[in-house]
Amino acid sequence: MKINKKEYSYMVEQASPPSHLGKNCLWAFIIGGSICTLGEWLYKFYKNIGFIMSDARLMASISLVGLAAVLTGLGWYSRLAKKAGAGTLVPITGFANAVVSPAMEFRAEGLITGTGTKMFIIAGPVIVYGILASVVYGLILFFISPMGR
Amino acid sequence: MGRIITLKKPVAITTHSCVGGKKEGQGPLGEYFDIISEDNYFGQESWEKAETEMLKRSFYTILKKRDIKPQDIDVALGGDLCNQITSTAFCYRDIPVPFLGLYGACSAMAESMVIGACLINSGGVDNALCSASSHFATAERQFRTPLDYGGKRTPTAQWTVTGAAHALLEREGKGPFITRVMFGRIADLGIKDANNMGAAMAPAAATTLKEFFTLSGEKVENYDAIYTGDLGQVGTDLLKQLLMHENIELTNHKDCGLIIFDRESQQVQAGASGCGCSGCVLSSHILPQLEAGNLHRILFMATGALLSPTTTMQQESIPGIAHLVEIVAEKE
Amino acid sequence: MDYIAAFITGGLICVLGQILIDLTKMTPARILTSFVVAGVVLSALGLWQPIVDFAGAGALVPIIGFGHTLAKGIQEAVAKEGFIGIFTGGFTACAGGVCASLVFGFIAALLKKPNSRE
Repeated sequence: MKINKKEYSYMVEQASPPSHLGKNCLWAFIIGGSICTLGEWLYKFYKNIGFIMSDARLMASISLVGLAAVLTGLGWYSRLAKKAGAGTLVPITGFANAVVSPAMEFRAEGLITGTGTKMFIIAGPVIVYGILASVVYGLILFFISPMGR
Repeated sequence: MGRIITLKKPVAITTHSCVGGKKEGQGPLGEYFDIISEDNYFGQESWEKAETEMLKRSFYTILKKRDIKPQDIDVALGGDLCNQITSTAFCYRDIPVPFLGLYGACSAMAESMVIGACLINSGGVDNALCSASSHFATAERQFRTPLDYGGKRTPTAQWTVTGAAHALLEREGKGPFITRVMFGRIADLGIKDANNMGAAMAPAAATTLKEFFTLSGEKVENYDAIYTGDLGQVGTDLLKQLLMHENIELTNHKDCGLIIFDRESQQVQAGASGCGCSGCVLSSHILPQLEAGNLHRILFMATGALLSPTTTMQQESIPGIAHLVEIVAEKE
Repeated sequence: MDYIAAFITGGLICVLGQILIDLTKMTPARILTSFVVAGVVLSALGLWQPIVDFAGAGALVPIIGFGHTLAKGIQEAVAKEGFIGIFTGGFTACAGGVCASLVFGFIAALLKKPNSRE
């Protein structure tokens, strides 16, 4: 071949169709925004029936997780995500989908060796790096910032 | 000598079969499949079992079409995309046929035909049963994400075909005939994006075609059509450009990955991929046209991307391969 | 009004994610991980709480809110429990969401086979 890797990389870039950025962003905005609005509605609902503020927030999150799990189980979440892109990825429902879908997928390899092992195969890094970041913050609070204590 | 293998006597492709899933049935070639299953589980418990079942259905179809028993087969050759080629191995585990498992990723159909034709040419066997299969779900869960994970496919992504195909090569019999074959060389121009297989495989396709035309003295226009396996739209554009640089204008090229689905209405982004793609298009579209006399002389070249989930995560680039089979309708 | 603020803020955060997907070659897993870490950092710097006050669920439901929850959990735990809080704060704060995902994931795995896609 007369083409080298660098030239080819340029050719590939030219030949690969770009994503429909505008359309994708619009869908992400609408669906992502709607999920957050539902979260706000759930929060108000739980507050109205007597939960304290922080518990109402938590109940809203758990409800969204439950809803995402049901939609994932029915095969609808991936269909919605085909359109929504980041709109279904970024909200906590996306985290739930990332836990529920491998749990279902790897059931065929057993409840322990499949579902149990692979449940956090996608969402794992979110927890690992989220917790690590929080521990770093905790260290800073405890040892450096006088406000921490 | 060597690079292009001219068969002493053309090898006949006497029978062929293919089985597809629901989406394949809805595609332009749907009605030409031997069996279409509306159930992508093929009545099984897991996706891997489904793929094996699909292969078995194709196997029993070809036996029935040719009216032979498993014992009549001298050797079965084939491959798929599952780890350790289990779909194919498990298809034959209850069937008494001598078996060679091959891995060439999506080049499996051409790879098995090249080897099968050579085995017959050597005089060692009288027939060889070639196969290739892939299943959208087994490929997706192994190479990408769980089926129910909500991800958006990039425009360069290709849709793995749920399909299995068999082709029976025989020393004697009615055509079409394989006249020449060529093993591909691995080509890698540094593509690392596992969502752009067409770009990863196009250099291999270009390498094989360029070498074939140079060594054989044949010209593009000597063929009614030149089929590639699963380059998709991106890979097809790149193949043409790469060959342009070698002064070869590919005027009669067709890609199986652009034939099996309707790209727009079936939402498959850059096209189709998978071992089953070239296999099913060969059996449902190319060979029937050769049999009907609509095509007389073609090149069939399936391409494979020789990556694994591990190599992708280790940031390796993707080596490609392309094996070539020359098929004619009548013996010259 | 709360709903509009939640819709617009949440929507815009998702748009940011979409831009990262389309314009960089970042995989979804990388984006989510970056968002969570960004949430911890923004919250630690005191930049996220005002957005939460304005948008409510619009700032809490996106995964950045998960990072915010972690940071707040650490703050409270360190204030209350001292050194040990560094190790308990994060997991305590995210326990609800993670545990719910785990439980629902397990139930879904018991009830359903993966769905076919066409």
